[in-house]
Amino acid sequence: MTKQIKTTLALGLMASTALTGAALAQDKSVTIASWGGSYQEAQSKALFEPAAENTGIEVKQETYGGMSDVRLQVSSGQVTLDIVASGSGSASRAAAEGLLEPLDYDVIDVSTFYPGLYSDYCIGGDVFSVVAAWNTDTYGDAGPQNWADFFDTEKFPGTRAYRGTVSGALEPALMADGVAPEDVYEVLSSEEGIERALDKIRELKPHIAVFWSSGAQHAQLMKDGEVDMTTGWNGRFDNAAKDGGKVSYTFNQALLDYDCFAIPKGAPNKDTAMEFLAEISKAEYQDDLPKYITYGPTNKAAYETGEISAEVAASLPSSPENAAKQLPISLEWYAEWEQVAAEMYQEMLTE
Amino acid sequence: MAVTDMNAAGLRRDERLERLRLFGLASPALLLVLVILVIPVGWLFYVSFIGADGSFSLENYERMIKRKSYARIFWTTFQVSLLTTGLCVLIGYPLAYFMSQLPRKLANLCMITVLLPFWTSLLVRTYAWLVLLQKNGLVNNWAISLGLWDEPLKLVHNLNGTLIGMVHIMLPFLILPTYGAMTAIDRDYLKAASNLGASPRRAFWTVFLPLSTPGLFAGALMVFILCLGFFVTPAVLGGGKVILVSMKIVSNIELFVNWGAASALGVVLMVLTVTVLWVASRFLNLDRMTGGGH
Repeated sequence: MTKQIKTTLALGLMASTALTGAALAQDKSVTIASWGGSYQEAQSKALFEPAAENTGIEVKQETYGGMSDVRLQVSSGQVTLDIVASGSGSASRAAAEGLLEPLDYDVIDVSTFYPGLYSDYCIGGDVFSVVAAWNTDTYGDAGPQNWADFFDTEKFPGTRAYRGTVSGALEPALMADGVAPEDVYEVLSSEEGIERALDKIRELKPHIAVFWSSGAQHAQLMKDGEVDMTTGWNGRFDNAAKDGGKVSYTFNQALLDYDCFAIPKGAPNKDTAMEFLAEISKAEYQDDLPKYITYGPTNKAAYETGEISAEVAASLPSSPENAAKQLPISLEWYAEWEQVAAEMYQEMLTE
Repeated sequence: MAVTDMNAAGLRRDERLERLRLFGLASPALLLVLVILVIPVGWLFYVSFIGADGSFSLENYERMIKRKSYARIFWTTFQVSLLTTGLCVLIGYPLAYFMSQLPRKLANLCMITVLLPFWTSLLVRTYAWLVLLQKNGLVNNWAISLGLWDEPLKLVHNLNGTLIGMVHIMLPFLILPTYGAMTAIDRDYLKAASNLGASPRRAFWTVFLPLSTPGLFAGALMVFILCLGFFVTPAVLGGGKVILVSMKIVSNIELFVNWGAASALGVVLMVLTVTVLWVASRFLNLDRMTGGGH
């Protein structure tokens, strides 16, 4: 409710500034919305500001509440945002709903991108991983090295935390059950396959102390020593470790996921937005991102400019060496199966 | 004959005018109820019959029957609400009784300690419980160092933690009306009871308790209904294992933007709540107990 009021107010403000700004908008400009906080600050310093300087495109930055805001703008015909930062999953849902403009890959060069880190409607901006993390007080450096270890409570006695929603929760279970990473999504593409993954989680369930719902939560669980092992997003564990948390993790068999940029349907400066996306996707900007946040670039060439040291690269989800160990998230699978899988996941949770 | 006819007609006219005036006075409140209650709830009801493809459909209700998890979620919601209400009564009633027996000044001081947490943000209090109750939290560490128990107890990320947090947050809602009803009880009734030979215990059970029940039931009802829609505290302290209807509604909207499914959950919760209250009122004579029947 308050979010709605805020959005309405923000829209009102934007509308009034748009009116006064219309006369001046001779020069090129784009309005970008992201998540705020240290994440947007990193994007701003590494991507937006330098790109604005080099292209002469004026950048206005906003924070927003996700694709629900885009839906509101598109359905009311009052689109003010030209570029939005989004999770890959919600972007693909928004694309399926018809909320996004298709991206023009004649303008944006993705020849050096990791395949699968861009789609027709959204282009990857940074990469993160869903990893298995462990408490170094409990296991030292010899924590779980793959999902089979994570699910093995005899070899690794101790409590676990696991994701409370289906996203990124079934793939590890299947790998633990012996499915090869490259076959995971094929097996998951039937209710029997999903059930197989759920049965594996059912086995582990007595040892799962917490089903987490946010990144802040799983980081805190590790920092406080509340559980001995958890799944979660790598960047959060890096920050927890920096704050003195006894936590380590492995990229082995991790799920490779990405945040991306998209253009809302009917964006006022669509062409400029496309041009700007082409600019910030270049290796020369992406190689600065790890200086401000431990998320990896989506453009492989960023590892070859010399800006990212070997030591830093080893800690990034998308460095060639780390990426090779991981399973990229399949957005196609999520688009087709997430709703069904979510219902089935809930059955398992409430048993 | 003609005169009485005229009188009767005049009286009727006056009566109608009076009713109209009363209606005029009540109309702002009626309008408010219409705008903030009837219309949104009606809209909710309508949306719950809209399927994912935007046309009329019963799919949102069918899903609740097909998947067993929904029945379990509703059951957990009512279970948690009932347990919280019961614990609030067990803790709150004696406390309210104790305060009602204190001299005014001391009672006011006690009241401040009851109200103080009420003024603190719900989120802060919920996270404070998390810090206190977790495995390496204050309670476990303290108890282990004192030798009360050897292994950390599972106090949070389950039903225990959910109930502890919810009872703490709901207590003032029970204590305030109960205390109010207790202070309104004329002490002479109790004196009369002991004058007639009743022991203090007997006087309490036959005189004081029945007179204080309207306040107690008003408080318990309020706690129960607030619990049914509670989100933050069970979400944080339940560790993802205590799944209530409110959480399911949130995930339907935030994750899948399925207003129809979320609305259907809301409608079913409302219908179940009204049913439970109706059944309770048949057995408990709720009208009299909440003081509404006088």
